[in-house]
Amino acid sequence: MKEIDIRKDGLEAVRKQSGGDVAVTGCLGERYIGCGMKDGILRIKGTPGNALASYLDGGTVLVDGNVQDAAADTMNDGLLAVRGSAGDALAYGMRGGRVYVLGDAGYRAGVHMKAYGDRKGILVIGGRSGSFLGEYLAGGTIIVLGLGYEGRDITGYFCGNGMYAGTIYLRTGKAPLNLSDKLIRRAVGEDEEEQVIRPIVEDFASVFSIPAASCLEGGFIAIEADSSKSYSQLYAAV
Amino acid sequence: MKKEGEVRISSGCAISGIFCRNGKRITGEAIRKSIAVMHNRSNGLGGGFAAYGIYPQYSDFFALHIFYDSQSAREETERFLDKRFDIINLSKIPVRQTPKIPDPPLIWRYFITPLPHLLQDSQLDEDEYTSRAMLRINDSLKGAYVVSCGKDMGVFKAVGYPEDVADFYRIEEYEGYSWTAHGRYPTNTPGWWAGSHPFSLLDLTVVHNGEISSYDANRRAVEMYGYPCNLLTDTEVITYILDYLTRKQGLTLRECSRVIAAPFWTTIAIKDEEERSRLSYLRKMYSSFLITGPFSILVGFRGGMMALNDRLKLRSLVAAEKGGTVYFSSEEAAIRVIEDDPDRVWAPRGGEAVIVTLDKEAAV
Repeated sequence: MKEIDIRKDGLEAVRKQSGGDVAVTGCLGERYIGCGMKDGILRIKGTPGNALASYLDGGTVLVDGNVQDAAADTMNDGLLAVRGSAGDALAYGMRGGRVYVLGDAGYRAGVHMKAYGDRKGILVIGGRSGSFLGEYLAGGTIIVLGLGYEGRDITGYFCGNGMYAGTIYLRTGKAPLNLSDKLIRRAVGEDEEEQVIRPIVEDFASVFSIPAASCLEGGFIAIEADSSKSYSQLYAAV
Repeated sequence: MKKEGEVRISSGCAISGIFCRNGKRITGEAIRKSIAVMHNRSNGLGGGFAAYGIYPQYSDFFALHIFYDSQSAREETERFLDKRFDIINLSKIPVRQTPKIPDPPLIWRYFITPLPHLLQDSQLDEDEYTSRAMLRINDSLKGAYVVSCGKDMGVFKAVGYPEDVADFYRIEEYEGYSWTAHGRYPTNTPGWWAGSHPFSLLDLTVVHNGEISSYDANRRAVEMYGYPCNLLTDTEVITYILDYLTRKQGLTLRECSRVIAAPFWTTIAIKDEEERSRLSYLRKMYSSFLITGPFSILVGFRGGMMALNDRLKLRSLVAAEKGGTVYFSSEEAAIRVIEDDPDRVWAPRGGEAVIVTLDKEAAV
């Protein structure tokens, strides 16, 4: 495995990589690491700066620690896996690929994620998320597991505000705080859990080498747009 | 070419803070190192630092840091001060000349105390007596700007990148238990010396990342209470609001945070009854001090520091703790650079103030 010390070699050295398995060491706030990357693996050591894996278009970015704001911004394909926590606006406008965060996410995680054709973004947060999770969600799947927060609030305020497509799954029985009346909250049946949630969560668990069973314990609820009160009329008549 | 202030430059800004609960006084090197990591969030049009505990030998006196545009402004201001205060000590603030900080004003420091008979005749306490005089200098003495006027504290600011501002003021030669820093990326207002952060009145300082959508409503409200806003930057108004609410209305900083970053009514509605009535009271009573728009701020005060986000958390803010030291910053990397193994790292929630104060035995 190749090693790039970002303090010595700079971001340009990371950008020139394609297809290899590369450790990027000494990160301390450098922005745009993995931006637009199409293939290969980046193993990030330290604390990378904002917009990590933005426009990611394939390949894998693995982070041992925490990531700052706007990670996976407008990501198109590939995998971002973060063992620590993420800052605000995680996976903003993401339109494909997978983002897995084992710890917590900040405010506005998954804001305006979208889907088109076979592109469907998946965001899984192991811990809890800040307020405005999945705000203006337009497609894709968000799952919050609330590991370590059992029995407590795991989404903050305004979960799914303004969403008009896609689904937010929460591993809790509790309704999110002040859920908008334009959204519906429903229990997730066994079939849906097996077919939709289980494959994603098993993949998430295998990436971090943790037992999948504990991530699936207890039931899930789903938050979706209420099609009878759709926001779609708000922007354009369809 | 158009001057900065006539053109609009897109957003940025960085803040950082270090607070030693045990009262340990550290040099300015750590805060310089922290804010320097976020160089890209600034654009060289403003940087500054606030430090507490740096003048222990003069801790009973108000420490004034003043910018002058000219010698005549200095002479006029000194005459003004001389009539109202006992000037215990005065000197230029020592600086290190650097091409990175061009065209500095005259920068002076005074340690003063109100003349006792005038203070008594005024029927004011010494804080009010002094703050009125300082606001009057800023408002009516041309070319003189009081940058800070608290006790045992001071503000060091300039037009430049914050790390260069630190070198210019030789902040590594000062030792304080509390430091805040700001790197500026002016958006709506000019980058100029007195308009750099921190903004300060008495012991209170504010560094701010964001912009205040409600600025004019807030300005009209504070000006009505005797705080003229002259520094051409929205952050100034936060300083005056906090001074008014704490010193004149007797609110705690926690209560102030509920005023300036008041929760939405829908959020208030789901609180328990006691909390609901408290929050409703603050929102209704002090509605003109609600600050809307994105912000993260660090407020320095005597013996403590408060970190606060707007209620939507539209600007980044990270906190960390190691032993007795608390860190705040716009980016985690700026904390890790000075403390690579914190006991705890967390993101305070929107509108929820984190307030740290000196341990009892270290209180100043």
